[in-house]
Amino acid sequence: MATKTETLSKETLLTWYEEMVLIRKFEEMCRYLYFDEPDKKRRITGVYLHLASGHEAVHLGAVKALTADDHVITAYRDHGIGLARGVRADLLMAEMMGKRTGVSGGKGGSMHLAWRPVNFWGGYAIVGGHLPLATGIALKVRYMNEPNAVLCFLGDGASNNGYFHEALNMAAVWDLPVVWLVENNLVGMGTRIEDSTGQPELVKRAIAYGIKEGPRVDGQDVIKVYEAVKEALDHARAHGPVLMEALTYRFEGHGVSDKQFDARDDLKHELEQWRTRDPLVVFKALLDKRYKDLDDDYARIEADTDKTVQDAVEFAVNSPEPGYEDLIANVYVDSDLVHGDPLKL
Amino acid sequence: MKNMSMRDALRAALHEEMLRDETVFVMGEEVGRWQGTHRVTRGLYDEFGARRVRDTPISEMAIAGAAVGAAMAGLRPVAELMTINFAFLSLDAMVNHAAKIHYMFNGQFKVPLVYRAATGWGNQATATHSHSPEPIFAHFPGMFLGVPSNAYDAKGMLKTAIRDDNPVLFTEVIALYPKPSPIPDEEYLIPIGQGDIKRPGTDVTIVTYGRGVEWSLDAAGILAKEGVEAEVVDVRWLRPLDLPLILSSFKKTNRCVVVEESLPMYSFGSEIAAQLQEAAFDYMDAPIKRVHAMDLPLPYARTIELMALPNAQKVVDAVREVL
Repeated sequence: MATKTETLSKETLLTWYEEMVLIRKFEEMCRYLYFDEPDKKRRITGVYLHLASGHEAVHLGAVKALTADDHVITAYRDHGIGLARGVRADLLMAEMMGKRTGVSGGKGGSMHLAWRPVNFWGGYAIVGGHLPLATGIALKVRYMNEPNAVLCFLGDGASNNGYFHEALNMAAVWDLPVVWLVENNLVGMGTRIEDSTGQPELVKRAIAYGIKEGPRVDGQDVIKVYEAVKEALDHARAHGPVLMEALTYRFEGHGVSDKQFDARDDLKHELEQWRTRDPLVVFKALLDKRYKDLDDDYARIEADTDKTVQDAVEFAVNSPEPGYEDLIANVYVDSDLVHGDPLKL
Repeated sequence: MKNMSMRDALRAALHEEMLRDETVFVMGEEVGRWQGTHRVTRGLYDEFGARRVRDTPISEMAIAGAAVGAAMAGLRPVAELMTINFAFLSLDAMVNHAAKIHYMFNGQFKVPLVYRAATGWGNQATATHSHSPEPIFAHFPGMFLGVPSNAYDAKGMLKTAIRDDNPVLFTEVIALYPKPSPIPDEEYLIPIGQGDIKRPGTDVTIVTYGRGVEWSLDAAGILAKEGVEAEVVDVRWLRPLDLPLILSSFKKTNRCVVVEESLPMYSFGSEIAAQLQEAAFDYMDAPIKRVHAMDLPLPYARTIELMALPNAQKVVDAVREVL
């Protein structure tokens, strides 16, 4: 059974709030370092940067529903999921800057964050491409008779390519413990869901695979996401896959450089409406309703998260660039079974 | 020592590795209850059951991708794609994920999987089912590619591919499945990336793999009657390529013909020719000739299908041109 919100302690909720604030500040710092940082040595220079702002409650609530031994995998909007799973902000920021100390050694970039020690299996940048990987990870769990589950984040846009169909069907046939969590932000890159999807109520597709149709949960409310995902994970462990949605909204463009809100007045209006349900605003309202006198906590959280982000930036800026040895490392696994050097440069 | 067909030798390799390591399992279309489209997995379902011999839906993207996930998580999948013709559907999972994940996440994950696929033309299979596209898959660093030319090599190569921690695409020429070779009773492994001299010679080097080895050996027999001794180099692995072996032969013969079942543009032949002129230009006594399928889709009708394909006589003709 899912843990009900009443059992979450004040301390836990404040910790989650702090983590959510950290994700937002991390994303805002990434944006700043991409566009506005005057010192070239401190900039994020990679072309792709997909910010999670607006999706924080989905990322944090869902990841908090996992046990330490559960698994999580996602697409390229992956910063917040890494932070929620407890990956150090400085190692993530170093990856943004392409530094040797980054989680992927500066070789993966923003879209390919992963951290094996916490079963964060990575961000993947081919839409839908990570879905069968989730099926495969869940297959290993079942094969070895482990009690764990796999949480696979995907965008609504990913529901329309072949990977979605094949991966969900295969996981269904094999009763694998996967929760397919659609972050439905109403748009796949720039195309609206109603223009791309015959059945925009995506959970209904569960019927086609004979799997559990999960809820369409309010993705701006971290507690609701947490409870729904926890219940779905329990179902997945016992009975097999669940398809569920978290309804949310992207406060930035598809990539940080997209100017969709500048170009379209109707979208600007929609954004304003969704901003009233900013996941941080919703979470703070809940805390204020439940507890009194949190001003000192908020002040501390503000200062601590600012410091964490600033420290992360300084760590990244002061970290070494990868060199030639890094460039040629890990193309292949070193192996006694291979004749000669497979790396011909 | 006993004679085994390549089909049986491959099955023996799978069987031995499944007995040896519980994390090795087989997945793919019709590999289980159907006993394998080409009967390579015959009997495995009955012996090991549905957990380790997993019939899949007709889902090439998911077969390739799920194998990646399972391998990252610690299993050793042997994922069969039935034929290489269907692996075009799997290309993204193979290229972007199987081959790159170890590098892209800087060594955090290994992907110890084998993709098996039948390959090659023949029997009027027609354009969509007559591919030998190995060079396309060998283009990408991060994934090895082996193509055995006989039953003995097939067994030793597949066992190594299963044990290695890198992803391997292993293609099996359909026409070679029934052909036998002597297989030792004791276990043996053939290292990844190690080529093999299938026939020693002094006058010309024929570089080839897979079905091309048979044509090249037949051609060498014909040429020997004319006093021409051809050396046949079977690279066995397109990636990594045993360039030192090719170079040592070429520096001796100073002449080279490249033989492949595949197409000529951006091909195995192109690659070998480029490598040799870069590394051994001063040893070159004649232009390098290439024998390959004609540069068109394969037709159905037997007569013109055969016209389009390489054979031993075409190899003989090419060798005569470089002497």
